Amino acid sequence: MNVRSQVAMVFHLDKCIGCHTCSIACKNIWTDRKGAEYMWWNNVETKPGTGYPTAWEDQEKYNGGWEAQNGDLRLKSTSKTKTVFNIFHHPHVPTMDDYYEPWTYDYQHLFNAPEGADQPTARPLSMVTGELINIKAGPNWDDDLGGSPVYAENDPNLKGLDAAQREQLSAIERLVFFYFPRICNHCLNPACVASCPSGALYKRGEDGIVLLDQNRCRGWRSCVAACPYKKTFFNWFTGKSEKCILCFPRLETGQAPACFHSCVGRIRYLGVLLYDAERLERVAKLPLEELIEAQRSMILDPFDPEVIAAARANGIHDSVIASAQKSPVYKFVKVWKIALPPHIEFRTLPMLFYVPPMAPVMARKENGSVHNISEDLFHDIDDARVPMKFLANLFGGGHEGKVRYALRKQKAVRWYRRSLTVGDVDAETADRMLHEADCTREEAEAIYRLTSLCTFDERFVIPPMHREEAIEMMADPLEHKQNVGFGFLTGPRRGL
Amino acid sequence: MNEATHYLDQLLFVGLPYVAFFTFFLVTIQRYRSQKFTYSSLSSQFLENQQHFWGLVPFHYGILTVVGGHIVAFLIPRELLLWNSQPLRLYVLEVSALIFGLLSVVGLGAALVRRLTVSKVKRVTSTVDWILYVLLLLQLLSGVGVAMFHPWGSSWFAASATPYLWSLLKLNPETGYVSSMPSLVQWHIVNAYVLIGFFPFTRLVHILVAPNPYLWRRPQVVRWYRPPQGA
Repeated sequence: MNVRSQVAMVFHLDKCIGCHTCSIACKNIWTDRKGAEYMWWNNVETKPGTGYPTAWEDQEKYNGGWEAQNGDLRLKSTSKTKTVFNIFHHPHVPTMDDYYEPWTYDYQHLFNAPEGADQPTARPLSMVTGELINIKAGPNWDDDLGGSPVYAENDPNLKGLDAAQREQLSAIERLVFFYFPRICNHCLNPACVASCPSGALYKRGEDGIVLLDQNRCRGWRSCVAACPYKKTFFNWFTGKSEKCILCFPRLETGQAPACFHSCVGRIRYLGVLLYDAERLERVAKLPLEELIEAQRSMILDPFDPEVIAAARANGIHDSVIASAQKSPVYKFVKVWKIALPPHIEFRTLPMLFYVPPMAPVMARKENGSVHNISEDLFHDIDDARVPMKFLANLFGGGHEGKVRYALRKQKAVRWYRRSLTVGDVDAETADRMLHEADCTREEAEAIYRLTSLCTFDERFVIPPMHREEAIEMMADPLEHKQNVGFGFLTGPRRGL
Repeated sequence: MNEATHYLDQLLFVGLPYVAFFTFFLVTIQRYRSQKFTYSSLSSQFLENQQHFWGLVPFHYGILTVVGGHIVAFLIPRELLLWNSQPLRLYVLEVSALIFGLLSVVGLGAALVRRLTVSKVKRVTSTVDWILYVLLLLQLLSGVGVAMFHPWGSSWFAASATPYLWSLLKLNPETGYVSSMPSLVQWHIVNAYVLIGFFPFTRLVHILVAPNPYLWRRPQVVRWYRPPQGA
C-alpha cells in the first residue's frame, strides 16, 4: 500500500444555477492577462450543449485521454515515437477557432465619434489582432440553449440515445437542460503530465494538485492535445501552456479556491482523499464497466488503522489524516456513492466528482392540465426529462447502473425529508424507499444536512499544507535573509 | 593577395567566428540561467493550423537533414570522402542534399508567407523574428546556390572546409582554405557566423531545449517537497 493524499472535489449539479460567478472569480484572479483572455480555467456549460472548446467531449475529433489496448495503456494523441516526429506540428492540437477569438469593444468611439445623425456604437475589437471582428463564438455561447439544433443537438453525449430519448430532451414546452461547471480534475492519471515532452507538468506529491512549471514549459502543446477535458490551455502570447492551479496559494493559507469560495449555489465541496497509488496503473486499464468501482476502491478508509499507519509511514502528517476523516468528498464518493467522476472512459481517473442532477420534472402537461406521473416510487427516475442514458454517457462511462443508484438514493432522501416536513408521504413509504435505495435514516439525514444546510467549514475541509516544512527543503531561510524572496520575480516576458 | 583582402579575410574568417561562438555560448547560458521563461518554441500553431503544417514540417525536416550533413562532414571527413569515391554514391548524396535544401527553402518560404498574411500570426511576430527570417532565407538560398553552382560540395567540404573549421577549433586558424573559395561559398560561411552569433537573441534557442528526457522517463511525474522514505 502506497498511501498518498489528494485534494479532491465534488460538484452537486442539482444546486448549480448556472450564474458563472465561479468563472468570473477565476478569470479576475488568474486569466485576465494578455494571451490568456480566451482561457476559462473554470467554465460553466449547459447540457445538452457543445461546451467549451466546442464539442470537447468528442475524442474522435480531439484525440484526448487514454485508451486501453491489449492490456496496455496508451495516450490517444501521442507516444514517445510520435513526439519526435510531431514536434514541429502537433496533429491534434485545437486552434483558437475551437475556443473563440477573445474580444473587447471600441469604447473610445462612444466618446470620440464625430457628431452625426446616429448614435455611435462600440464595435467589437479582437484582443489578438486589435482589428474589428465579427464575433462568431464565445466561451458560453450555448448558455441555456437546450433544444438548440446548433448546440444541444450536437452534444457528443447524445451518442447511443434513440430518437424518442432525443425528442424527450428537446420537445417543445418540455425542453430541459442543466448546468455543468468544469475545472481541471487534478486527475490521478493525468494525460497532460504523461504527454509533456519537457516534463514541465507534474503532480504535487503532498496534495495531488497538477501544476505546470512555467520555466520548464517549451510550448510543445502536447498537454493541450492530451487532456481529454481540454483544461490545459496554450497562452498564445507567452508561448507557454497554462492550467488551473486549484488556487494553491489560497489553499496553502487555508482559503478555499476562488471558484469554490464564490459559488452562489454552494454546490462545491473540497476535501482530502487518501488513495493507494500502487493500484493506479492496474486500475487505469481495467475494462470500462469496472472503472468507476475500481477508482472508488483506490480511495482508502481514513479511519482504518492500517491505512493510517501506512499514511504515516509515507510522511502524511497527522493533521492531514484528521482532515481526510472529515472530508465531505469522502462521504459523497465513497460512503454514500452519490458522486461520480465525469467521463471515466477517458481513463485519467479524475478527482472531481459530480452528484448527477435529478432534473426532477415528474409531471406532464396534457390538454392544459398537469398530470403527476411520479406515483410509482423509483420507476419515474427513468422517466425523468433528462434520459438516464444521457447522464450515463456523462457520469457512468455509458453504463447506467451507478447513475441510477445515485439518483434513487437522492430521491429517497427527498421523500424521506418530505415525510418529515411536508407530511404528504407516510413514514412507512419513506422507509421503504430508503431501504430500496440502500440508505438508512441516519445516512439520509447526513446527506440532507451536507447538501442543504452545509456551512462553509463543512463544505471546505482544507488540509493544513505544512508549507513551513516544505520551504526548509527548498532553501535555508537564513540564507535568504534580507533578500527579495522566492519564486517568479520578473514579469512573464515573451521570448525574443 | 593584397593587404586589404588579407585583413578582410582575417576579420570574416577568424575574428567573426570567434566572436560569434563566444557570444553564442555566453549569452545562451546566461539567458538560460536568468531568463529561463523565455526558452520556448513560441509556437503559433494555436493561431493558425493549416499553413503551419505546410511551412513548418518541410522546413524543419529539410534544415535538420542539411545541418546534420554539415556536422557529419565536419566530424568524419575521411569516411565521407571514401563514400564519395564512387560516382553513383556521390550523385545520390548530392541530389538528396539538394532536395532537402530545397525542402527547407520551400518550407521557410511558406512560413514567411504565413507570417505576412495571417494577421493573428503577424501579431506575434517580433522585429527579431523578421531579422531572423531574412538571415535564414539568405543562408538557405546561398546554400542551395552553392549546391547548384559549385557541385560536389560533400567532397570539397570535407577536403577544405573541414580542415578550416578544425583549425578554428584548435585555436590555430588557417584562412588559406577559405580565402580562395568562390564568393557565394564565402558569403554562406560569413552568414552562418552571423546566424550563430545572433542565435541566442532569438527564438532559435528552442533547438537547445528540444525534449529528450521524455523518451526515457516514466509516464507520470510527481514532485515532492519532502519525498516519503522509499519513494
